[in-house]
Amino acid sequence: MNRRRKFIVGGVVIAAALGYMIYAGVTQSAVYFVTPAELQAAPVPGKAYRLGGMVVPGSLKWEPRSLDLSFTLSDGTATVPVRHKGTPPDLFGEGRGAVLEGNWTADGYFKATLIMAKHSEEYKAPHDGNRAGYRELIKTLRGDGR
Amino acid sequence: VTADLGYGMTLVALGLAVYGGLAAGLGARTGRLALVESAQHAAVGVFVLVTSCFALLTYAFLTFDFSVRYVATNTNLGTPFYYRITGVWGALEGSIILWSWMLALYTIILIVRHRVGARELYPWALATMLGILAFFLLVMTVAAPPFQRQVPVPPDGRGLNPLLEDTGMITHPVALYLGFTGFTVPFAFAMAALITGRIGDTWLALTRRWTIVAWYFLSLGLLIGGWWSYHVLGWGGYWAWDPVENAAFMPWLTGTAFLHSVMIQERRRMLRLWNISLVILTFGLTLFGTFLTRSGVIASVHAFTQGSIGMLFLSFLALVLLTALGLVAWRWETFRSEGELDSVVSRESAFLLNNVLLIAAAFTVFFGTVFPLLSEAVRGVKVSVGAPFFNQVNVPLFLSLVFLMGVGPLIAWRRASLENLRRNFLWPVALGIVAAAAAFALGVRSLLAALTFATTVFVAVTIGLDFTRATRARVRLGESILPAMGGLLLRHNRRYGGFIVHLGILIIALGVMGSHAWSVQTETTLHRGETAELAGYRFRFDGLTAVEESNHFKVIGAFTVSNGKVLGVLRPAKKFYPQEQAPIAYVDYRLGLREDIYLVLGDFARDGSQATVKLQVNRLVSWIWIGGLVLTLGALLAILPERHKSA
Repeated sequence: MNRRRKFIVGGVVIAAALGYMIYAGVTQSAVYFVTPAELQAAPVPGKAYRLGGMVVPGSLKWEPRSLDLSFTLSDGTATVPVRHKGTPPDLFGEGRGAVLEGNWTADGYFKATLIMAKHSEEYKAPHDGNRAGYRELIKTLRGDGR
Repeated sequence: VTADLGYGMTLVALGLAVYGGLAAGLGARTGRLALVESAQHAAVGVFVLVTSCFALLTYAFLTFDFSVRYVATNTNLGTPFYYRITGVWGALEGSIILWSWMLALYTIILIVRHRVGARELYPWALATMLGILAFFLLVMTVAAPPFQRQVPVPPDGRGLNPLLEDTGMITHPVALYLGFTGFTVPFAFAMAALITGRIGDTWLALTRRWTIVAWYFLSLGLLIGGWWSYHVLGWGGYWAWDPVENAAFMPWLTGTAFLHSVMIQERRRMLRLWNISLVILTFGLTLFGTFLTRSGVIASVHAFTQGSIGMLFLSFLALVLLTALGLVAWRWETFRSEGELDSVVSRESAFLLNNVLLIAAAFTVFFGTVFPLLSEAVRGVKVSVGAPFFNQVNVPLFLSLVFLMGVGPLIAWRRASLENLRRNFLWPVALGIVAAAAAFALGVRSLLAALTFATTVFVAVTIGLDFTRATRARVRLGESILPAMGGLLLRHNRRYGGFIVHLGILIIALGVMGSHAWSVQTETTLHRGETAELAGYRFRFDGLTAVEESNHFKVIGAFTVSNGKVLGVLRPAKKFYPQEQAPIAYVDYRLGLREDIYLVLGDFARDGSQATVKLQVNRLVSWIWIGGLVLTLGALLAILPERHKSA
């Protein structure tokens, strides 16, 4: 019986440790997916976000010497100014969808640390900028399926 | 015509598979051998038909038959010969054909190998295989038909996804699918064991080598995937904890657990329920992976075609799990094991702990992957966890697993005495500590790195110790050293194959640790003739050239790399495919045992006067591939037929 208890205690300890590690991992690295409208509604400086939207045509500025990239991301209702240090990824461009990881700064812009261009085969960027198109876009970016 | 012929053959194959499955099941129930034989004929028919479908589709690719929609969307007149063949499984529909073909092939091998000698289990295993095959053929007819007519026939096709134009793409899916489908056979025998109530050790003995084969291919697939990611995707990494990678990694973890727990059942007649559950779980995870990647429920950087196929896989997964669990519940009474754990300090507990940790890792990966779904369902917000989560939780688990790799194979069965522990572990532990101290003295200040060094050295010494002792024992019996070693490897190939796999894992662990801890990178824009510096290397930008290839246009940058003396010119490029809206990076690198120099071309001025480039010096990455090679060699050794027959 004593032996059995040892194994049970061992199991409980392992389960508890795993539970704690997962809990700590989630609280430390959870990233909220927001749209520009959701971000503008309640921006928290310093908090990590995953921001999805479309790069507004005409807003993209790229300075090769200093590696400064800036553009505006939109979801059709609100826009967010974005700055990034480094070359934009392949398949990134104006009028295309993108998901950014980074945080909101107190200076009023989104500092992107990672840019992911979205290039699923079915998705076509909504060129007319209508609401339905943006909704589709956001759905695709969030990964809600078709 | 091609499309109709292919579709027709798929339908007939589906009919035959359904018939064969039913016939095998009925034959097993009633004991009528004629029915089982008829099912075998049906299985052969299915194999011939699926092979023909595959050949037909390949032929359509080679001849640019754009009247088949799948060909038209995945190739064009510029696609080189080589990639027209691999293009066959470059997208969803083709990969389902490949999958079905492998299942059919495994079914044939199963018939050849087990028709005689496994009287009780064989018909049910055959029925299960054919049932699963029928599901895949159903997918091929309704959800992802590769043979669909394209009307009107376009003059040219759309072309293959440029990222797939790579040698890794030939072997990666093939190995991965051979691994996935390979686990179907142990699953089929587990089902047969449950149905017949013979849940003893026969099904395990029959599927031992099947499991190692499946594990071998799955490992190979994961390794090639990492290599492809490293040298094609151009982000300088080999593993991103992307949902698609996780989908393949989860069955690897549970499969690895199964590979180990089987040994306890063989030796001590314990863990029967556990083993059956692991096989069900592993097979279930291969289906779950396909559901995950093909349904679009989880956003992934891998762009896969999505469709109704996700729901189909989910339904089938539910059916499989419910059936399996129902059978387990039905046979509950027979699961009482004969053996019992004697002591906490024993080989059984080491293996048990190994299993618990592997399952914990699989759960962590699962949890992190579906976390966005969970959080949305529970709290209505989409929250995801990224690579930091997976690393943070898994690193302690993996390090403990590596440690157990040293303990498990040497510690005594049942109950380890102090003498046994001292004899086997005194030196390894001492040398492990020395290694950590040496690393510290050499300037390593990361706790994780020191721990990794200590554990890997500990495990390596246990392996060396065991092998030397065994060799010495044989030498004492009059053999000379080399034949003694060779004899050990061949006669105890499973044990020493396992050891070699462990060595491979150690090497991989060092590579992963080194690349995480010591890689450096920078990004910069250079004028022609200008130089940048990183980690003691100088990179001079020498200009751009443009080349026209058969199906794309390529802009190539030239960078002279030197560290005191000139090491060579690296030429990262950007490829422009007419069917793609944006260019694709083509990385260039100089691999080395100590470090890789890795260049990615970014933006550039059209006149070639300046270019932005990402410079990386990635440390110890090569050891991941070397370790992978060692691992696969070990697995191959373990697959060889067992020569010695003793308890």
